[in-house]
Amino acid sequence: MINTHDILETINMIQDENLDIRTITMGISLLDCCSDDINASCDKIYEKITRKAENLIRVGEDIEKEYGIPIINKRISVTPIAMLCASSKGDPILYAKTLERVAGTVGVNFIGGYSALVQKGFAAGDEALIRSIPEALSVTEHICSSVNIGSTKAGINMDAVKLMGQIVKESAEVTADKGCIGPAKLVVFCNAPEDNPFMAGAFHGAGEPDCVINVGVSGPGVVRSAISKIPDADITEVADMVKRTAFKITRMGQLVAKEASKRLNVPFGIVDLSLAPTPAIGDSVAHILEEMGLEQCGAHGTTACLALLNDAVKKGGVMASSHVGGLSGAFIPVSEDAGMIDAATNGTLTVEKLEAMTAVCSVGLDMIIVPGDTSAEVISGIIADEAAIGMVNSKTTAVRLIPAIGKNVGDTLNFGGLLGYGPVMRLNSASPAKFINRGGRIPAPLQSLKN
Amino acid sequence: MRGIITVVGKDMVGILAKVSGVCSENNVNVIEVSQSILQDMFCMIMLVDLEKCTVSFTDFSDKISAIGNEMALSIHVMHEDIFNSMHRI
Repeated sequence: MINTHDILETINMIQDENLDIRTITMGISLLDCCSDDINASCDKIYEKITRKAENLIRVGEDIEKEYGIPIINKRISVTPIAMLCASSKGDPILYAKTLERVAGTVGVNFIGGYSALVQKGFAAGDEALIRSIPEALSVTEHICSSVNIGSTKAGINMDAVKLMGQIVKESAEVTADKGCIGPAKLVVFCNAPEDNPFMAGAFHGAGEPDCVINVGVSGPGVVRSAISKIPDADITEVADMVKRTAFKITRMGQLVAKEASKRLNVPFGIVDLSLAPTPAIGDSVAHILEEMGLEQCGAHGTTACLALLNDAVKKGGVMASSHVGGLSGAFIPVSEDAGMIDAATNGTLTVEKLEAMTAVCSVGLDMIIVPGDTSAEVISGIIADEAAIGMVNSKTTAVRLIPAIGKNVGDTLNFGGLLGYGPVMRLNSASPAKFINRGGRIPAPLQSLKN
Repeated sequence: MRGIITVVGKDMVGILAKVSGVCSENNVNVIEVSQSILQDMFCMIMLVDLEKCTVSFTDFSDKISAIGNEMALSIHVMHEDIFNSMHRI
């Protein structure tokens, strides 16, 4: 029999340290739903997703009960809708409304994939979809949108960067009466992964199978607690401890992914081994960094601690799963992390420090609340900077900024639930307008020429 | 399938009897029991065989949890595989 210590450790991780499976995400290809008539296309989408995901919620709940592990979210990601717009033409909002109806029928809490991939330029359907994003996010509740505007291979599409600055701002304006929730469901990517199970950036890439199960694990509380048990260890031992813990967390994710895949009769895609925080106490990535020895997240040394954490999570997790993918690493979403909220509120954590941290974390500038009067060009400038970090370092970077309409530095914006709350953060408001308005494409860097 | 029942809480008369009672009512065979006192807390771990269980796993789990509520103990029943996958390569 397994020894008592191990059993109690597992129970303790789940009961006291918020260990959970953050999401089971079913990726569904909609390529076979394309039609030259948008209404026919929407009907096919509704039929296909409700058929494929019919049992998703029930199976998730069964596994949760049987294995005693909380599975927080059950979600769906679909083929970027811009690809369907290309052949159907028509108003993309119809797709958003169809997906919203699907979410209601199936019972998932988010559907991701109201997306366009425009790193090299706009194809048919792309621009219409992007321009419809603010309305789509305001008339739906469960739809997430993402746009990939750059990649290491293609460079950065500056026309798209300019457009996305406006779209982010507009998304906030049209949802101002709902706490500016629109841009919290919109991610601007560089090097977007095609199998990411986490929202808001999930979509089902064109190279993916017809239907697939991807699982995202979490567990910042478990890692923090493990480090707290070795207060005087040197940093190599800390890295080893993170690796060992990440291994255990990922093994659990692998087990749940395999089981869900078997019960739903859908192939297993990947496990995304990400440390995804929530605003709950004891579920913070910032607190892990503080446990390593920083007075507060944002202090000098934060980037180094995060680099160690991000790397050790991957090293520990990669042996525990047969297929690792998605974003895999540590997330640093400000409004979703109790420790980051505190650090941003008292000014220790600034946007500039966060930008440096994104060079070594798994994603990018995430869930950052900025003043409502920030210009579209400044938002585009932030997107361009972030995309440049991703492009040059061959990593995924993303921007999810929320302009808090009618609010300024010192105010707080509250989304509730997993999206959390946070202070409006100060931005450098010097104008990059001339640069942004040039348009064109930043050429792909030398590191793209690997052949 | 095999499950692991864990009971943690303040020691009192009849814990083992109650839990094994529910097992026997539902035709669940107790394979192994280990019991210890950790920092004043009573801690019992049972390995059980649920193959011939007369109710569904979720119903059995609910019944076990009910004892926990009644006796103010933390009681869980979980699939054995979760521990195997986390702690064994």
